[in-house]
Amino acid sequence: MATTTTLPAADYNHNDHHDHGHKETFITKYVFTQDHKMIAKQFLITGIIMAFIALFLSILFRLQLAWPEKDFPILEVFLGKWAEGGRIKPEFFLALVTIHGTIMVFFVLTAGLSGTFSNLLIPLQIGARDMAAPFMNMLSYWFFFVACVVMLASFFVESGPASAGWTIYPPLSALPTAISGSGTGMTLWLISIGIFIASQVMGGINYISTILNMRTKGMSLWRMPLTIWALLFTAILGLLSFPVLVSAVVLLFFDRSMGTSFYLSDIIVQGQILAHEGGSPILFEHLFWFLGHPEVYIVILPSFGIVSEVISINSRKPIFGYHAMVYSLLGISVLSFLVWGHHMFVTGMSPFLGGVFMITTLIIAVPSAVKVFNYIATIWRGNIRFTPAMVFSIGMVSFFISGGITGLFVGNAAIDIQVHDTYFIVAHFHLVMGSAAIFGMLAGVYHWYPKMFGRMMNNRLGYLHFWITFVGAYFVFIPMHFMGIDGVPRRYYAFTSFEFMEKWLSVNVFITWSAIIAGLAQVAFAWNFFHSMKHGKLATQNPWGANTLEWTTPIERIHGNWPGELPTVHRWPYDYSKPGHSEDFIPQTVPYSETMSSNLPHDFEGNPEAEKIQREWEAQQLVVDEESK
Amino acid sequence: MRLKGFIHIKGVFGLVFGLLFLFHSPSFAQTDTAAVNADTEQVATTDSSAVDSATATDTSVAATDSEVSATSAPASASTTAVAAEEEAGIPAQVYVNFFYYVLLFVLVCFIVTILGQVLSVYELTQGLRKKLPVNNWHSHQAWFFLVGLIVFLYGIYWSYAHHGTQSFREAATEHGARIDTLFIITTIITTIVLVLTHIALFGFAFKYRGSDKRKAYYYPHNNALEKIWTITPAVVLTILVLFGFFTWRGITNIPEEQQKEALQIEITAEQFAWNIRYGGRDNTVGKRNFKLTTPVNGLGIDFTDNSALDDIRAGDIVLPVGKPVHFTINSKDVLHSFYIPEFRVQINAVPGMPTFFYIVPKYTTEEMREKVGDPDYNFILLCSKICGSGHYNMQKKVIVVTDAEYKEWLSQQTYYFDDTMQKEFKELSQPKQANLVIDGNKMVSNN
Ligand code: HEM
Ligand SMILES: [Cu+2]
Ligand SMILES: [Cu+2]
Repeated sequence: MATTTTLPAADYNHNDHHDHGHKETFITKYVFTQDHKMIAKQFLITGIIMAFIALFLSILFRLQLAWPEKDFPILEVFLGKWAEGGRIKPEFFLALVTIHGTIMVFFVLTAGLSGTFSNLLIPLQIGARDMAAPFMNMLSYWFFFVACVVMLASFFVESGPASAGWTIYPPLSALPTAISGSGTGMTLWLISIGIFIASQVMGGINYISTILNMRTKGMSLWRMPLTIWALLFTAILGLLSFPVLVSAVVLLFFDRSMGTSFYLSDIIVQGQILAHEGGSPILFEHLFWFLGHPEVYIVILPSFGIVSEVISINSRKPIFGYHAMVYSLLGISVLSFLVWGHHMFVTGMSPFLGGVFMITTLIIAVPSAVKVFNYIATIWRGNIRFTPAMVFSIGMVSFFISGGITGLFVGNAAIDIQVHDTYFIVAHFHLVMGSAAIFGMLAGVYHWYPKMFGRMMNNRLGYLHFWITFVGAYFVFIPMHFMGIDGVPRRYYAFTSFEFMEKWLSVNVFITWSAIIAGLAQVAFAWNFFHSMKHGKLATQNPWGANTLEWTTPIERIHGNWPGELPTVHRWPYDYSKPGHSEDFIPQTVPYSETMSSNLPHDFEGNPEAEKIQREWEAQQLVVDEESK
Repeated sequence: MRLKGFIHIKGVFGLVFGLLFLFHSPSFAQTDTAAVNADTEQVATTDSSAVDSATATDTSVAATDSEVSATSAPASASTTAVAAEEEAGIPAQVYVNFFYYVLLFVLVCFIVTILGQVLSVYELTQGLRKKLPVNNWHSHQAWFFLVGLIVFLYGIYWSYAHHGTQSFREAATEHGARIDTLFIITTIITTIVLVLTHIALFGFAFKYRGSDKRKAYYYPHNNALEKIWTITPAVVLTILVLFGFFTWRGITNIPEEQQKEALQIEITAEQFAWNIRYGGRDNTVGKRNFKLTTPVNGLGIDFTDNSALDDIRAGDIVLPVGKPVHFTINSKDVLHSFYIPEFRVQINAVPGMPTFFYIVPKYTTEEMREKVGDPDYNFILLCSKICGSGHYNMQKKVIVVTDAEYKEWLSQQTYYFDDTMQKEFKELSQPKQANLVIDGNKMVSNN
């Protein structure tokens, strides 16, 4: 495998070439670092740890669902009074569901995913030495870290963690008398999310300004890899929607501790008449979902970007319809602000408004469909290399299809009457968002691991991880659709109180076993990830034969990314298997003058001078050919 | 090789012991004096001494060692002993069992590692023997995708055939039938899309697995193709949207007149129960005001409103078949959701804002029992919005009967404004008028 680079021959051995003389300490290098690559790793590792915690919580509540009548004495050992006699209590069950959802959505799939890959890829793929504001970047990580700590701390308060669901709808979340988790636990939840949003905003501003201002020479917007496009839209979505969640959270805070009535009205809890009047819980739902829906796209867009890149590289083919991919990202981003009401069809919101939201919701399915078709077209007639990243990407597309088509059910207000707040919804979003986004993230980890750690992960463990997780996720979520159609509501502590749910008890056991096995398979990943840092095979300069700029940086990962000058970009990132070229990839740094045999008229659009040179060369080539005959 | 294997073993054991140590620490259980002891044998004892109340019985439990915690209740009848016993009640066997599970998992890891090593060795020797260049296409994965495709398609079929038939029941209301039509059309369309795209995705993955002999086809875009697959979904979706929109409006946009003529029933949700109120002779549910709530008047019904006087209290929701019903849904505390799956009815119960649903039941409970072939079958009202610890068990029977049966049933129900309620109403309104003259005047003038 060739490791093409057109960098000026710099001396790679002088790592601290860019260190401006001073020596880095452990603290500045690994803890309060301002190097975007190290911050990316911090985000990733924190995200992975949080993912394991959230996964563990989900196994706990799955145990309860599968064997509602059985005691697990071991649970009492580490849950204490919340699992007295080895049986999880109903309130703690809700706390588990709530914290599982919160951690997964915000800390793993938002910070862990876009935090990691924005930090890692933006400077590397656009040819910048670091982020626009490295210090703020560092703050962004540490705010995120503190948010994680505060959220986990809520497990150690007397009244337990927040337990009103990850959507924390008031009045339940506002009244400690209605559920104990709405006491100190909910306060911590709100504080944690407040800090988290600050982290997101600092990160977002940084990502956007870096992408817009710090692209290297030749890196026009239309030459950016799709990862960067996706991360750009993600950051914009976050910046526009997270502040709305702040307002929702702050008003809830007021209602809880200062006696205001933004969300509360006409309430009698435990025989006590509360003074609140005039508020509306629906207001909270509007504010929450104005963030909440863009949030689900904040989660999936980076995965789209990663998967576009990985599929293209490993099919050895340009991504099909690059422009369409960008426009569909744009379309999804814009539309995602206009559909939040589809979470509220049956909340008592004006039914006419529901009808309008239904129309906008189904429109958003069009750009989503375009993306899927383009992925499939990219694979078509490719020359597919099944790296672990590639198999995860194919898995991601499969999940996105399976989960996306159920969007047509829930997006249809009339059908949603039947399936809202049932297991059907759980199945829908775990496939389309949960599984698809996680697979995108894993694809990214397997793909850019050599860039992060200079070593390769073990392929075979990767495949094992993929197949068990892929099958496991389908085994877990496909049956849930049918429970939902049957009318089993979500967030039920046990299925034992209703006769019609009894037929699902055995299915629940099956689901829980699938979840446990898929969960254990993640150990293969954790092992692979941490063990390969020290013991993996050494990475080569460009292990996947990719075109993008990050593979022109030295393997040693120096501060400032490139020794010497920044690379210049001459072409788009998807010249894979271009006819006429001897290799099946042409890095972005290779000028057209070096690839005369493979240039196409299309490459010179708007540059008659270059076109003329090309034509002259081709004419000359003909003569040479003639002569050699 | 051997050294590497050794590192593996060390690492795995380190992980296991680390995990065990973590679980031994009772910190998760927030006991005040968390005593951590790494020794498995003694953990049970330590745990009991970690109980915050340092009573005499407590110490005795700790002293008598793990025996006490292993065997069940000592015959002592003192309440403190019972309490302490409860806290200390984790038998040592629990730890042993858990340890075995961990060991089992480690064993599985070992087997996987060994299999992996065997595979590597095999591959290496194969490579040496055939002098194959080490290729990096990993095309064996393509075969897995082919198998995956077949399993996936069969799995879809199996799910529809088994889980599908046991989950889908015909709707028992008139609007529900329309939702069902929409549901079935959407299912057909999406199933076709699901199958075709997966055949393409996994099929192409298999067919175009890499090899050194080929080069991929440079095919960056095709505008015609892209237009086709933008417009096709757009058209299909437009049809679904229009169909859905009119169905939705048909369900939710009932003319005022028609709503008034329907049987009026008010449902008020609270943690964790449903209260049912029928409009009575005047078919009008009287006003309620949450400030009037008392232990007797749980709904806060305003009996100064005449239409409240004949409101009927019911234990179950009983409906006459074929007659329109207009539900008004309230909540006393947090959000709940009024959900009757077979009726295709779902609407949230929101404190401070009544919500509505209009239905016409199509089948009586008896007819439905015959349809599903289950003589004990019942329609049931569930709560589908998370509302607290009892969320999973907030049910009410819904019974659909013939008109005659309905009238018969109704005549047996009692009024909300019964003797106790009347007494309380008088008591509450009198002292107010006596003590607070201004207030009393206001009340009078309000009337
Ligand atoms: C094909 C386009 C999609 C449509 C039409 C669609 C539609 C909907 C609708 C209407 C709901 C609300 C259902 C209900 O609560 O009754 C919903 C829920 C949800 N969707 Fe989608 N969706 C689509 C794609 C996505 C994508 C791409 C994601 C994430 C990446 C996503 C994530 C979610 C989540 C997280 C929820 C549930 C939130 C909750 O209640 O906890 N959806 N979707
Ligand atoms: Cu949404
Ligand atoms: Cu509920």
